[in-house]
Amino acid sequence: MASFLFCAAGFVLIMVALGLVRVLRGPSDVDRILSAQLIGTGGVAVLLLLAVATTTPSVIDVALMLTLLATFVSVAFLRDASRSETEPPRMADRR
Amino acid sequence: MRLALDIFTLVAVSAGGLLFMAGTAGLLRFPDTLTRLHALTKVDNLGLGLIVVGLLPQVDGPLAALKVVTVWLLGQFSGAIVSQLIARAARRAEHQQ
Amino acid sequence: MNVALAFDLGLAALLVAIAGWTIAARANIGAIVLFMVDGLLLAIVWVRLSAVDVALTEAAIGGGVTSMLLLGAATRLKDTESNPEPAKLTLLLTAGALCALVSAGLAAVVFFLPDPAPTLAPVAMANLAETGLGNPVAGVLFAYRALDTLLEKVVLLLALVGVWSLARDEAWGGVPGLRVYARPNTILVFLAQLLPPIGIMVGIYMFWAGASQPGGAFQGGTVLAAMWLLVLLARLQQVPAISLPWVRLLLVIGPVLFVAIGFLGFLVADAFLAYPPGYAKPLIVIAEATLTLSIGVTLGLLVAGPPETRLQQ
Repeated sequence: MASFLFCAAGFVLIMVALGLVRVLRGPSDVDRILSAQLIGTGGVAVLLLLAVATTTPSVIDVALMLTLLATFVSVAFLRDASRSETEPPRMADRR
Repeated sequence: MRLALDIFTLVAVSAGGLLFMAGTAGLLRFPDTLTRLHALTKVDNLGLGLIVVGLLPQVDGPLAALKVVTVWLLGQFSGAIVSQLIARAARRAEHQQ
Repeated sequence: MNVALAFDLGLAALLVAIAGWTIAARANIGAIVLFMVDGLLLAIVWVRLSAVDVALTEAAIGGGVTSMLLLGAATRLKDTESNPEPAKLTLLLTAGALCALVSAGLAAVVFFLPDPAPTLAPVAMANLAETGLGNPVAGVLFAYRALDTLLEKVVLLLALVGVWSLARDEAWGGVPGLRVYARPNTILVFLAQLLPPIGIMVGIYMFWAGASQPGGAFQGGTVLAAMWLLVLLARLQQVPAISLPWVRLLLVIGPVLFVAIGFLGFLVADAFLAYPPGYAKPLIVIAEATLTLSIGVTLGLLVAGPPETRLQQ
């Protein structure tokens, strides 16, 4: 079981590595933020799998912390990506 | 009983891994930001969810199981919100070009 | 275990590849995202090395706070839009040679360590029961090397003062120029109303659990800082001016209380930062609680940056 979980963690890690290609290529900044989100989720999955594979429950706390911080960083990145001085007001933004 | 749970873990975690692969493939191959976002949300939702559900028989104690489920729910919730924000930012970027 | 070794090798290879990619990336946000991924992978490496406390801190600081600091710097640089000329080849080769030398030195140190490596771990674990703590890292931080921890917290405050000193003269004591969302964004407001309570609970849990399992004041404080910054970014609260009394109070209460406990050691025990027997754990918990608050506010203000607008009187 532990070896299978290690294999699964390695597989997700490879997926994370592939997602990085989008970070390099992604034509716009929003694409890069998108892949950052995927990589964050992948990291959480790897940590959870490792926590169970090595029976170290404290690693679940690392996954918890990573989820919160990844959300915060995504919001901060998006604040910069949606900066624009000349955007017209939209229907959805009416209070 | 133990064997059945182990098989369940194998199946669920493999399914979750497959969804990760699908999501990554979508991220790399889809033509547009919004379509890539669609692929991403599948990973956040089902990919992580299946892995979490698959790991539940393997953790010791209800507290650890609760923590793992909390991680998934938090990831899902914030993933949903961040996807909305990403979509808005993508639409703004499109309109600017 | 073979599979574990393969996983570790793959992780190490990926880390090196991403480090190379980060240096080669041209676009600003791309490089910062790669840096964040680097932090995440380092957290996984620390987990594989059984250093979960360091993994927690790496995930929080390397993956979160540092990325935000870099982002702020990159955005300010974008406004100046200067294109530096590429570095000359000899300079690049010299830098590469020096880096290779440092790496070779580190590898040599690791390979030629005496076997078994000298360590104080058994002694630390043997005396841990007297402090009442269950986490050896907390024991080292607050009992064996408490003076180092105190000085680190003071250094953190000094770093904040250093950041503040970048302000213009007339803006001193004013509001930090943290860039928040320009218009109210209902989705973000929803997130900023729902996530911080959960985040604050997680932060308090991390600090509380640090006594007996990986965690501690620093990790808890970082989560609190991230939640506070989220609320500020969504404009649910105004960024506070740095001369406000409550800001200053929260900043210093942690280190001041820690120093007070230290001087208390002169009276009731035998030395600075010595704990009277039986009272070690309550004193440490009180010190950690106030430190968590102070670290949260300090890190939040570090990210917010130097004050830019004068405080409206």
